[in-house]
Parts: sequence; structure tokens; C-alpha cells
Amino acid sequence: MRTLIFLLRKEFKQIFRDKAILAIIFVMPSVQLIVMPLAANYEVKKINLAVVDHDKSTYTQKLISQITSSGYFRLQSYNASYDQAYESIKSDKADLILEIPHGFERNLVRENKEKIFIAVNAINGTKANLGGAYLSTIISNFNNEIRMKLTVGSRFSQVPTIEIASSNWFNVHMNYRLFFVPGILALLVTLVGSFLTALNIVREKEVGTIEQINVTPIKKHYFILGKLIPFWVLANVIFTIGLLLGRLVYGIVPAGNIGLLYLFVGVYLLAALGFGLLISTFADTQQQAMLIMFFFMMVFILMGGLFTPIESMPQWAQIVTKFNPVRYFIEVMRMVILKGSTLRDVASQFIAVIVFAVFLNGWAILNYKKTS
Amino acid sequence: MKQFLVFVRKEFYHVLRDKKTLLILFGMPVVQILLFGFALTNEVKDSPIIVVDYARDVASQSIITRLGASQYFKLKRNVLSQKEIIESFRDGKIKAAVVFPDHFNEDLEHMNKAQIQILTDASDPNTATLVNNYVSAIVRDYQSDRTELMAVPYQIVPEVRMLYNPQLLGAPNFVPGVMALVLMLVCVMMTAISIVKEKEMGTMEVLLVSPFQPFLVILSKAIPYIALSLVNLGAILLLSAFLLELPVKGNLLLLIGESTLFIICCLSLGILISIKARSQQVAMMISLVGMFLPTVLFSGYMFPIENMPLPLQIISNIVPSKWYYIIVKSIMIKGVGFMYLWKETLILIGITTVFLLVSLKSFKIRLE
Repeated sequence: MRTLIFLLRKEFKQIFRDKAILAIIFVMPSVQLIVMPLAANYEVKKINLAVVDHDKSTYTQKLISQITSSGYFRLQSYNASYDQAYESIKSDKADLILEIPHGFERNLVRENKEKIFIAVNAINGTKANLGGAYLSTIISNFNNEIRMKLTVGSRFSQVPTIEIASSNWFNVHMNYRLFFVPGILALLVTLVGSFLTALNIVREKEVGTIEQINVTPIKKHYFILGKLIPFWVLANVIFTIGLLLGRLVYGIVPAGNIGLLYLFVGVYLLAALGFGLLISTFADTQQQAMLIMFFFMMVFILMGGLFTPIESMPQWAQIVTKFNPVRYFIEVMRMVILKGSTLRDVASQFIAVIVFAVFLNGWAILNYKKTS
Repeated sequence: MKQFLVFVRKEFYHVLRDKKTLLILFGMPVVQILLFGFALTNEVKDSPIIVVDYARDVASQSIITRLGASQYFKLKRNVLSQKEIIESFRDGKIKAAVVFPDHFNEDLEHMNKAQIQILTDASDPNTATLVNNYVSAIVRDYQSDRTELMAVPYQIVPEVRMLYNPQLLGAPNFVPGVMALVLMLVCVMMTAISIVKEKEMGTMEVLLVSPFQPFLVILSKAIPYIALSLVNLGAILLLSAFLLELPVKGNLLLLIGESTLFIICCLSLGILISIKARSQQVAMMISLVGMFLPTVLFSGYMFPIENMPLPLQIISNIVPSKWYYIIVKSIMIKGVGFMYLWKETLILIGITTVFLLVSLKSFKIRLE
């Protein structure tokens, strides 16, 4: 036990001595937690619109002003021809072309039907889809208005309509920051914890000091505990800072129990640090460790449901995500912080993380050899 | 010159000897392309929802059938009480609940108006928006099928055409992004770390006292990574052409030329970081914060830049990958020529020059 305390003291001294690392440990996650949620936003608005109005009638004027006042579109240019508008799509100035054919108003009244052409830059599929849907809705509303005016009193002024009232639970204003802050915090805690553990141990290997420790009578598990405990504490501190920042900067107050969050983080960190430990037993140089870590983290992040929903993935990918500890942490963070889920709701995630912690640490300890 | 070549060969040996690193360097783009190509999408598919049908009449049943038949939703067990709805949201099992009130069909027939309520789990706003949109579209379809027999007059029919990507796939958007990401990673991080490593191990001193030009020492370290990046670039382009069926639409030579420019830009950033950083850990963290995150955030393939607050939009302009992303997207997907890209190219050249000048200026022969 005394050995462990000495080891811990040594590790803490080493961490606190290196000011650059210390700044990175504390400042970097804070800055990211403040900046990233500002940038992370999938909302589709300010779509740049290029209009080709061959008709130039009162109707088209009205339609265009309805579109621009909707808040989703920004009138980028009036063009004389489709080709000219297409040029502005090519040079990325416009996202969407609205072409109104010649004689639009006249044909609509006389022939009861008229087309309108919309061309969307669909390189970003989601954005194009939503942009097109918004524009279609505005046009259909405009259409209803006109129909009402033209058919006063007839049976068509009373088409049966289904109204849709939607209410957004847990996040009334559809604020993307509420969605991303807990997820990003989960990510940062994981990154800092596992990266630092792996790099720290591999550094001892690279510099050669690990051999010195290996020839001492220090037990294997003491050495490993001595490495894990400091980073476990640090990651918890970062988690606390993150929660505070979320509250001060974004006004996010966890709806669920904070004790439950800490309990989960405590167990989860064992898994995350265990992963760092495992990587460190495989890597010989810091460059290697970093790259292997980076590779896995990238997969964990992309397959963790932070940026894209897991339910939308194909079946095989959903199965893969089950072997991703980060996924459970992100889920629990969002559930407890935003929805106020209880221990019973997150029980399955809890069990998964415990299994990960035991498995990863067990493997790492088996793999760690005192003699090379 | 001969000396320089000898040094470059030495660096190549260094890089090629480390098999684990090489494996990951080439595995990374492959895995990224696979994940982005086949697993990741922001679209909603098979989203679990529940219907709460108090009406149980023709209209509500018919809409529910349509909801269940669409590829967007997966209907879960029907619940009726408010408490059960809240619970299903809380344990994360469902994304939305569609509520039909009593007398739904009756209201629709006699009062020409009926209401449906959609409750969404907006803790994920993107999914909530899409679910809302799709339910509305399905309801609107039902409604227009119902009124079709009435032959509604004065119809405006929007004809929507999706340019460049008619099937709305994810690939055209992210492949350029993955390219920017992988090149950045190889060039900036690997270069920076491999130079700082010599400092940390003390071998840098040996190199500096040798009669060989100091700046060339650093340059020779960068060259293997140029080669690696070009190989990676080729791998990505081949994968995207044959696996994702996304060939380069524009001029391939132009694309390679622009990529080389971007690679040089990244290398100069890597060299700059290596000059400033004292330990590998610091170099790694700076590269992570300095390039990886900005690349993901500000190149525009993940999040639209125009939604960001103004200061971030301004910052995004000095992120090289933003410009590279625009260039690749334009050449690969739109197939446009240099005429449309000279501005972005000039900006990249400008950024590269600044990086190089600053690193030349702060490069010191002596170690502290």
C-alpha cells in the first residue's frame, strides 16, 4: 500500500511539473466544449436562392416575397436564364434555383394547372432534401391562398384538412446545443483519459524508464494502479469542469440525478482508461500509440451516435456499435441530462460498461509483461 | 543534393520500418470510407415510433398503415396512457409518438378539420425535425389522396430536380471531407511528431552539428510523408470510384495538383508545430486541436458554416481544409475547371506561404 502511495505521488508530480501538458489537459477540453457546440448545428436555413422569373407577374412577386420572408431562404440573385443561375450553383454562390415559367399566372388561372421548376444542389443530401421540402411547403401554402381567393364560396374553399400540432419534448426550442454539449463532454472525457494513459506509459517505454521500474520489486498491479488512478481523478475533474461550463455557458442543468452521472462516469472511466492501458501494451513508440489510439477513437466517435443517429445505420453497423463503449456513455449522458432518466432506465448501459471495464483491464494486465 | 537524397532515404527507412504505423495509416482511409459510405447517415430510417390511437376509425387506421409501411418508421407497441408515453421516451426506446384524438374521422368528415398531435424526442433536434417532416408528408399524401376525387383547381405543381446527386447519397458530401481529414492527419500530425521525436530523444543535436544544412534535415523528414499522402489519396480515389461508384467527374490532373498544394500546406503546418513543440505529447495535442477539430468543424462537410456565429465563420476562413474541401467537391462532383477555383487556390497558396515563412523565421539551429 505504501508503494502505491509513493507511485501516485510520483505520477502526480510528473503531471503537474509539465505546464504544457497541464494546460492541454484543462484548457483544451474547456475551449472545445465552448467552441464546438457553437459550430455544431444541423439546422437548415439561409439557403441561397437564385430566382429565374420568366413571368414577372404580381403572383410571382408575391410568391418570391413569401419565400424570402420565411426565414429559410436568402435571395441571392435574379437571373435572366436558367443557365445563368446554374453558373452561380457551379461557383457555390447559390444552393437552389427557382424557375418560374413564362405565362405562369395566366396559365394557372386558365388551365387550372402550372408547373414550377426547382433545382437543388444536392451534394449535401440532407440539406437539399430539407431545402426542397421547405420550398414545396411554402409553394403549397401560397397555392392554397390563391385557391381560396379564386374560389370564394365554392366547395373548394373548404377542402378537409388535417392539422398537425407538434410538440418537442425535452428540448422545446430544438436547440442543437442541448443535444451536442452532453455528447461532446462525453467525448472529451474519453479522449483525455485514454490518450493520456496510453501516451504516459508508452513514453516510459520509449525513454527507457519503464525498465528501471521493472527491475524494482514493485508489483505489476501496483504499477498499473499507479498509472490509472491519477488519470481517473483528472478525468473526473474535467468532467466536473465540463458540467459547470455547460451550466454557465449554455444553461444546461441536468434533468436527472447528478449522483447517477458521477457513478456512471466513475465506472465508465475504468473502461476508457483500461483501453488506453491496453493500447500502451501493444505500442512501442508514442507515435504508434497515438496513431492506434486515434484510429480507434475515430471509429468509436463516428459509430457512437454523437453526430449521426445509430438507429439509421444498417443492421451490421448497429451490431458493431454494441462493442463501442463510447456509445453507451453518450447515450447515458443525453438520457440523464436531457430526459431525466433514472438508474432503471440506464441499467443496460451500466452493465455493458462494467463488462467493458473488466474485459479491457483484464486483457491489459495479462498483456503487460515486466520482462521484454 | 546527394546528401539530401541520402537523408531522404534514411527517413523512408524510418517510416517503412514501423509496420504498425503503416498499417494504420493505410487502414484509416479505408475504414473511414467504409463507415461514411455505408454506415453513417443523418437521414432517418426505421425510426422507432409509437402511435396513440384514441380514435380507432377508418382515417386513423389508414394513416397508421401508411406510417408503418414507410421506410422511415418502425411502429412499436401501441400504448394509450400518458404515463406510458413518457416512460417510453425516457428509456430511449422511441423517437416520436403520433396521437390521434377521439372522433378523428368524424371531425374530418363533418367539420372539414381534424388534428393530429406529434410528440417528438427533441433531445436530438435533427431526428425530431426529420420525423416531423416525414409524418407531415405522409399525412399530406393521405389528405390529397382523399381529396383527389374532388379535382382541386388552380394547382401549382413544383417539379424538384436534385443536381449532382439525384439519389441524395451521403458519399458526394463526405468523400471530399475524408480526403481533407486523412491528408491533414498524415501530413501535419505525423510530420510534427516525427521531428519532435528527434528533439526528445536527443538525436536532433547530432543532426544539427552535422555539416548538413539544418533546414534540409527537417525537409527530408517531410518527404516520405508526401509520398505516403499521395498513396493514400490514390487509395481514397480508387475506393470511392469502385466501391461507392463516385468517380472523379472533372480533371484528375487538376485534382492531384490541388491535392499536392494542400499536402505542402499541411506539411508546412506540421513543420511549424514541430518547431514550436518540445515534446511529442505537446505536438500531438497541438495538432489535434490545431487541425483535426477545425477540419471536422470548419470544412463544412459536417456542419453548415453559414449557421455558425460570425466570429467562427471568420475563423473558418483561415482553415486550409475548408478551401481544399471546396476545391475537391467542385472538381470531383461538379466537374468544374480551374476557372471556378482560382480564388480558393490562391488562398491555399497564401496560407502555405505564411506557414513556411513563420517556420523559417522561428527555426533555430541551437537547442535551448
